[in-house]
Amino acid sequence: MTALTLNNVNKSFGNVHVLKDITLEVEEGEFVVFVGPSGCGKSTLLRVIAGLEDASSGEINIGGQQVNLVPPSKRGIAMVFQSYALYPHLSVRGNMTLALKQEKQPKSEIEGRVAKASRMLNLEPYLDRYPSELSGGQRQRVAIGRAIVREPKLFLFDEPLSNLDAALRMNTRIEIANLHRALDASMIYVTHDQTEAMTLADKIVVLRDGRVEQIGSPMELYNNPANQFVAGFLGSPSMNFLPEALIQESGQNTIGIRPEDLFLSDDGPLAARVSHVEKLGGDTNVIAKVQDHDVTARLFGQHAIAEGQELRFGYASEKAYRFNEAGQRLA
Amino acid sequence: MNKARHNPLNMVAMHGALILYTLIALFPVFVILINSFKSRRAIFREPLALPNADSFSMIGYETVMKQGDFFLYFQNSMIVTVASLSFILLFGAMAAYALSEYQFKGNLIMGLYLALGIMIPIRIGTVAILEMMVATGLVNSLWALILVYTAQGLPLAVFILSEFMRQVSDDLKNAGRIDGLSEYTIFFRLVLPLVRPAMATVAVFNMIPIWNDLWFPLILAPAEETKTLTLGSQVFIGQFVTDWNAVLSALSMAILPVLVLYVIFSRQLIRGITSGAVK
Ligand SMILES: Nc1ncnc2c1ncn2[C@@H]1O[C@H](COP(=O)(O)OP(=O)(O)OP(=O)(O)O)[C@@H](O)[C@H]1O
Ligand SMILES: [Mg+2]
Repeated sequence: MTALTLNNVNKSFGNVHVLKDITLEVEEGEFVVFVGPSGCGKSTLLRVIAGLEDASSGEINIGGQQVNLVPPSKRGIAMVFQSYALYPHLSVRGNMTLALKQEKQPKSEIEGRVAKASRMLNLEPYLDRYPSELSGGQRQRVAIGRAIVREPKLFLFDEPLSNLDAALRMNTRIEIANLHRALDASMIYVTHDQTEAMTLADKIVVLRDGRVEQIGSPMELYNNPANQFVAGFLGSPSMNFLPEALIQESGQNTIGIRPEDLFLSDDGPLAARVSHVEKLGGDTNVIAKVQDHDVTARLFGQHAIAEGQELRFGYASEKAYRFNEAGQRLA
Repeated sequence: MNKARHNPLNMVAMHGALILYTLIALFPVFVILINSFKSRRAIFREPLALPNADSFSMIGYETVMKQGDFFLYFQNSMIVTVASLSFILLFGAMAAYALSEYQFKGNLIMGLYLALGIMIPIRIGTVAILEMMVATGLVNSLWALILVYTAQGLPLAVFILSEFMRQVSDDLKNAGRIDGLSEYTIFFRLVLPLVRPAMATVAVFNMIPIWNDLWFPLILAPAEETKTLTLGSQVFIGQFVTDWNAVLSALSMAILPVLVLYVIFSRQLIRGITSGAVK
């Protein structure tokens, strides 16, 4: 059974058309990540799924049941917000139990679920504290705990880590991955951090301007992008795009080469002048100019390359992607 | 930024200014209080002197207690003020929430219409109000005053509160919706506590004009059993003779409840700051 099906979902605010014909499926137990640049409609899509906004048209099915007219609390979902959105006047325990009390769950059931969730998230020492007495990371865990206790069919996360610092972000990312494994629930996760997308997702949905650009597993999208946007969006440093004319005399198309597919080669086709070198220890990123196009090469290991140096890069032709003028991938 | 606060010279200057302002603001109250405990002669001979064994007299308070039903006036004022404030806060907050939270046709027009009342003094409509009260038989009842004061306070309340409610995080309300809270619960349990400082501000702004008002009690409810404190005190101010002892004593007693209410609200003002609500 599919956990979520969207059929031609559209959403307009007045005459601003934000979501355009979104069609996608989330399988039971799947971890799906929505990525896309800021303002592309990721949060709006999540809110439409949650029922906080009504879709202008289209059909939303959760767990095989059409929910277009079902209020958020009855959709079998739980949502974790970017701003945590904890109830300031309730303790951690109160935050976690409120929804269950609203559902009139028996007391023993509520206590059991809170105990389980707080054990999972290491929240036991904080159960009687108020949100204002917690650190950012702890608040985030409470927000996740509040979602877990409801035992929803579908979890919705809206950029849950974007307020955390880098180290905490990595820990929490791993925690969320473990949680997904432990709960075996379907999750939808919005982010514009592509590391989060690549590492967490079973399936990535790339959005641009309210449209689905491509859906697939992280490696599918990485190795086989449908268009220039997806190719440029995934991968860090991002793919190099060069006009075909630069390499083979003529042509209108664009050639895309991933930074790690470039290598130093004395008779390579790309003559470049180094403008900046980033030495990361394990890798060396070389940013160079090929005529007036910036090119980034990611070389394995440590290299003694200096700014201003003249180099030639080569690449294997089967590793190059070709895109037409409209940005569509050519075979 | 914090440097200025820690500089002792700045601290002294700042506190000096604040203390000076407090003294200036409290001086009239102080004069009223000390003079209310003095004999009539002492009031006029040395208005700024503290009462001493010679000049001390409770004559003012005795007159007030004897004349008219001072406690009834007091009770009337209290009922009118508290009831009006409750209605202003309740209806003002609900209207503000509707205007700030829900998109509906005429939302903007409705907001402007409600805000218009801020610019038009309600006293312009006194004659019409009186006619209405006569027609509905509410003249000489406390309801007349409560209704008028509620109407008078609502525009500013809606205006201020809707501005504050717009700032309450959408995520918080949405979290409540997902957790199955009704819109009323979201309003009363999540939004109201977060705008408590604004509510206190509105309450303080409305309380004092209502407590002190002479105009509407005189016109709408001058009967003995509905007199308010301010109206009741007027008996001591005559065209030719004014019983200053009584006036000052009545005023001293009238200040007290306002002071108590103010202390309650201003504590809310300070306490209501929400840290850690979101983020
Ligand atoms: N209530 C609204 N009224 C009008 N336009 C809106 C409303 N909410 C969102 N939009 C518009 O919809 C578009 C998508 O917004 P959304 O918040 O979904 O973006 P996002 O992909 O989540 O961006 P970010 O990564 O910055 O969070 C934006 O252009 C935004 O201006
Ligand atoms: Mg967003």
